Amino acid sequence: MNAPAPSVPDTVGAAARGLPARGGVGLKPEHFREILATEPDIGFFEVHAENYMVDGGPFHHYLGRIRERYPLSIHGVGLSVGGESPLDANHLDRLAVLLARYQPESFSEHLAWASHRDVFLNDLLPVPYHAGTLARVCDHVDQVQDRLRRRMLLENPATYVEFAASTMAETEFIAEVVRRTGCGLLLDVNNVHVACVNHHRDPYAYIDSLPAAAVGQIHLAGFARDVDAAGDPLLIDSHGAPVAQAVWDLYRHALARVGPVPTLIERDSDIPAFAVLLAEAYQAERLMREAAAPLIVESLSCGACA
Amino acid sequence: MRVSEQRILADALLSARPICPPGLTAWNGSDPGRRFAVYRNNVIVSLIDALADTCPVTQQLVGEEFFRAMARLFVQENPPRSRILAFYGEGLAEFIGAFAPAAAVPYLADVARLEMLRVSAYHAADAVPLAPEDIARLLEDVAALPAARIGLHPSLAVLRSGHAVVSLWAAHQAGDVAGALAAVDPDVAEAALVLRAGLEVEISRIPDGAAIFIMHLRQGAAFGHAAELASAADPAFDLGATLGLLIHRGAITTMTIPGSATS
Repeated sequence: MNAPAPSVPDTVGAAARGLPARGGVGLKPEHFREILATEPDIGFFEVHAENYMVDGGPFHHYLGRIRERYPLSIHGVGLSVGGESPLDANHLDRLAVLLARYQPESFSEHLAWASHRDVFLNDLLPVPYHAGTLARVCDHVDQVQDRLRRRMLLENPATYVEFAASTMAETEFIAEVVRRTGCGLLLDVNNVHVACVNHHRDPYAYIDSLPAAAVGQIHLAGFARDVDAAGDPLLIDSHGAPVAQAVWDLYRHALARVGPVPTLIERDSDIPAFAVLLAEAYQAERLMREAAAPLIVESLSCGACA
Repeated sequence: MRVSEQRILADALLSARPICPPGLTAWNGSDPGRRFAVYRNNVIVSLIDALADTCPVTQQLVGEEFFRAMARLFVQENPPRSRILAFYGEGLAEFIGAFAPAAAVPYLADVARLEMLRVSAYHAADAVPLAPEDIARLLEDVAALPAARIGLHPSLAVLRSGHAVVSLWAAHQAGDVAGALAAVDPDVAEAALVLRAGLEVEISRIPDGAAIFIMHLRQGAAFGHAAELASAADPAFDLGATLGLLIHRGAITTMTIPGSATS
């Protein structure tokens, strides 16, 4: 039998090349035709795996054609990596089929749970951080990487509650999962902002305490505002609004730390015209270029300040 | 073995009452129930939204408020058992049929059933229709025809309803829904053919005999037997017209006539 590898190499086709360090947009059925008709200059597209676990029809028709033209990220929302229940072997099989069909440059999932036993809750639910959950999450990530024969990226969550049972900081937990499993990180900068506001933490320190070298992709999205029982701000990861200025600022900090990485604009509700999302992806690329040429930016912003 | 923490959370997420599980905290010491309610809301609302996406006409027939209240009860009693939400609405029609407050709209369950068939057809496997000239050649073998097996497109489904489901559904695709609805007698029985042609799902009204014929073909009956059953159930059954419809719409994907080899 094979000994577990310290890191899982991406040896299969497109996965070995990876996504380009450019802006990308979540692919929405509303935009299928326009994308094929206009072939916009964009770094990549991302889809939710579960939406394409259907036999045929327009979803596969369009994704197949779009994938021929663009790099692709497949992002799972239903694997329940943080679940107490064993991983669903059937679901893993469906993922393997989907990945074999589309050969995406990247596959990612969440540090969260979404189902308990056979009930699927359709949300990314929070996990307490302690030795027991760490062992379970690492075991699940190992299983995913073994079954899919590729390195996965694990996304940091947006959370609204914390657990009395937690003994580790979220960043400490994530860093340990990365160290033990060799998985990569999908740094969701909006989630960092949302979680840090909700739990009164410093989002810049949060990013600084993650293993920068493991970051393979960044997500940017919009949030909604609410308040908790004490009237303190409670941000909701809605994916229903443009990327907020605070998140762009934090993104700039993340880029300074991890360098230019593929950056996705996520939008799952109140879907605007494709051009609006494309403009946000271009904004991310501008910030990537600025981060790569810090001296020029410094002199420009000094000029603007004067 | 201790009680599963996620079981407690899952139960609280689906509970009709706003329960807050133990062990949750907030940095400012505020009531974590308010925060946990964000998850409760995400779960329930996203699942109601999934049902509303599947059944827009069902929702229009009873109004958004009624539909969402009904869907909430459905979600709490029947949370998804699959991670693929496209087909989550499959149990909704049956639920509506037994939902007393919807009894005043007796056709509601069948409209929901039709809308679910439409979504299933949208995502069904692709298949290439048999060319009409190939079908014509096979049909020429009159002696062998009764034993022929007809393979139908994976997206094809029929629905026989005691109500005017196709007309009700079609009225909601019109520009003037109220005007179109006024012309529909909901108590007229109708049969629907649901079929994806290329990338578009089409819903059309077909005669009852045609629906019976197609259902028997779908269940694997031989051509001749399906035609006999359809004629017996509906004296007006028109085999030629039904075949013409299936060929014209590209619904036939395979046709096998058992070999003439004798045993």
